[in-house]
Amino acid sequence: MKLGQYIARKTVWYVVALVAAVSLNFLLPRLVPGNPVDVIVSNLARGGAVNGEQQKQIYEGFVQQFGLNAPLWQQFLTYLGKVFSGDLGTSFASYPTSVNSLLGQALPWSIAVQLPAIVIGWVLGNVVGAVAAFRGGNWDRSVFTSSLFLSAMPYYCLSILLLYGLAVVAGIFPVGGAYSLGNSPAFSLDFVTDALQYYWLPFLSLVIVFIGGQAVGMRSMAIYELGGDYVNYGRAMGIGDNRITRYIFRNAMLPQITGLALSIGTLVSGALITELVFNYPGVGTLLFNAISQNDYPVIQAITLIITLAVLAANFLVEIVYGIVDPRIRAAASGER
Amino acid sequence: MSTPNVSSVATADEATAPRSNPFRSLNFSARFWVALGFVVLVLLLGVAGYFYPTSSSEKVGSLYDPPGNGLLFGTDNFGHDVLAVLMAGTRTSLVIGLVAGIIATTIGVAIGLLAGYVGGWLEELLMGITNVVLAIPSIIVLILISISLPKSTMWSLAVVIGITSWPWTARAVRAQASSVATREHIDVARLSGARLGGILVRDVLPYILSYAVMAFVLQVSGAILAEAALSMLGLGPAGADSLGTQLHWALAFQAVASGAWWAFLPPTIVLTLVSFGFLLLQASLDEVFNPRLRRGKRKQMKQTQARRLAEAQAAAATRPVGGERAGVGAGRARTAHEGGRS
Repeated sequence: MKLGQYIARKTVWYVVALVAAVSLNFLLPRLVPGNPVDVIVSNLARGGAVNGEQQKQIYEGFVQQFGLNAPLWQQFLTYLGKVFSGDLGTSFASYPTSVNSLLGQALPWSIAVQLPAIVIGWVLGNVVGAVAAFRGGNWDRSVFTSSLFLSAMPYYCLSILLLYGLAVVAGIFPVGGAYSLGNSPAFSLDFVTDALQYYWLPFLSLVIVFIGGQAVGMRSMAIYELGGDYVNYGRAMGIGDNRITRYIFRNAMLPQITGLALSIGTLVSGALITELVFNYPGVGTLLFNAISQNDYPVIQAITLIITLAVLAANFLVEIVYGIVDPRIRAAASGER
Repeated sequence: MSTPNVSSVATADEATAPRSNPFRSLNFSARFWVALGFVVLVLLLGVAGYFYPTSSSEKVGSLYDPPGNGLLFGTDNFGHDVLAVLMAGTRTSLVIGLVAGIIATTIGVAIGLLAGYVGGWLEELLMGITNVVLAIPSIIVLILISISLPKSTMWSLAVVIGITSWPWTARAVRAQASSVATREHIDVARLSGARLGGILVRDVLPYILSYAVMAFVLQVSGAILAEAALSMLGLGPAGADSLGTQLHWALAFQAVASGAWWAFLPPTIVLTLVSFGFLLLQASLDEVFNPRLRRGKRKQMKQTQARRLAEAQAAAATRPVGGERAGVGAGRARTAHEGGRS
């Protein structure tokens, strides 16, 4: 299959996936019997958070914003138009704050905790996994078992254990939050040093799980490559161990790089519950609050952003892979 | 797993491997028994709830009473007996896991079989749909559906989780089914006039069954974890205790910060046991069904020094086949490999 054809084909499938995802995001809440606005507004009224006047305002605002009186297809087009112009609507729970600004506050926290955790965890995990595979024996067995255990453990369980062990019992780290009470986010040395203390626990809990997962993957890839024909051939030809190790490493890395790219795609969604556990003010906490307050525009915006990030990362990985490895293109067209 | 099936898997391996004792493959490893122990422990905990005198909704104390006074794990934020809630929650989680696992595995195996065996445009279409569903993060769909449901029960949650988690099973099964579809006995069946359904069930499915069992094991634990994640986000089953809702309330009422370890440690440990136990069970089943994997392991353990040599010999004797790895990775490591070797 030619490269252009491969890319075109992948593009078509990802456009289909994108349309499906956006439609789901739009349609699912509208399948509920009754008007979603009624539910939200009546919930607000029950909570007593807003008075009658505000309620009416919110109601009308929502109906107008999403054109709920218009036919469904027209609503969908309006929705698409808004989304593509970058307008994610207005929050209900914290009316009249825009969803964009809520997300703008939450996203940096999520990314700040996830990105370093993914990158550092990836590097360490691959080193650990490769060393385990090459050295073998008891070393390999203990590393493999503990990595398997860590990667199998639900990441939020590790978060809870770390929070309890290191913050509550040992008192090394502060319990929950992202900065001290009374401090407020600013780009000052004072704030950053304060925030760093709160940063360690969520970061640790994410990075440990990630190291485990990567080590398991790298180890099995390296062992798989160790048994490859080209390794035997290389040995028979008398090629030095160092060079063979380099070949093995290069081949085993390829899927790991994919893994890195895909994890970066889940940057926003990967720590949803970790943030909850640590009460960290990222997207996960925002989502949790939105769910408990039936703040539908916020939920919808978060799900949309996560989906877009994951789809984009998947798409890029497949395209890059198609360029790098001709076997993938062949497999995609069934030539193999 | 019925016996004829296991032996059929073993005979299939005989064709490629020089080793020819099919019953060797029934030797379960130590790892298998450890994993089975974990899983049985969790099952027992769930079943024990039926015999436990205190109900999970019975108020036996106040907020976070420490263990003692006849209460092994004290009370939770509602004053309920934590042990009673834990047992009820484990049961709910297991039921959700089983129902969702059955649904997901059934859909996945059906779509995978059909796509892999029939091929052509049907395969393109089914795999296209699978890839589209796979590309959309399932937690998002779960959140959206759970919000749209007027009231979520454990059954609706199980169904929702089941119908969102079939895709990777479908993909793994398709790969297997298309390789089985080219074997001679399929031609014989087709020539003798068997119908499509008959061929799929009688001639293709038996070869897939070991994969289906392993996929099911992972689907069950995946569903239990998905339920826990949803519940912790506040979308748990209404009016029922699950491991997720137990953690949800513990977090909401500051159990961790206030040091009430008895309220959050039990569900955390059970969830970890579920996750690790089921993954280990799947991995050891893989060794049972794939004798080649186990042989590699055994050599590794015994001949630490001569490991490289052994590896080279084993590789020379049995060339690794692509399909061998399809069933292995299904944990978090799976995503890393799929792009590369699918």
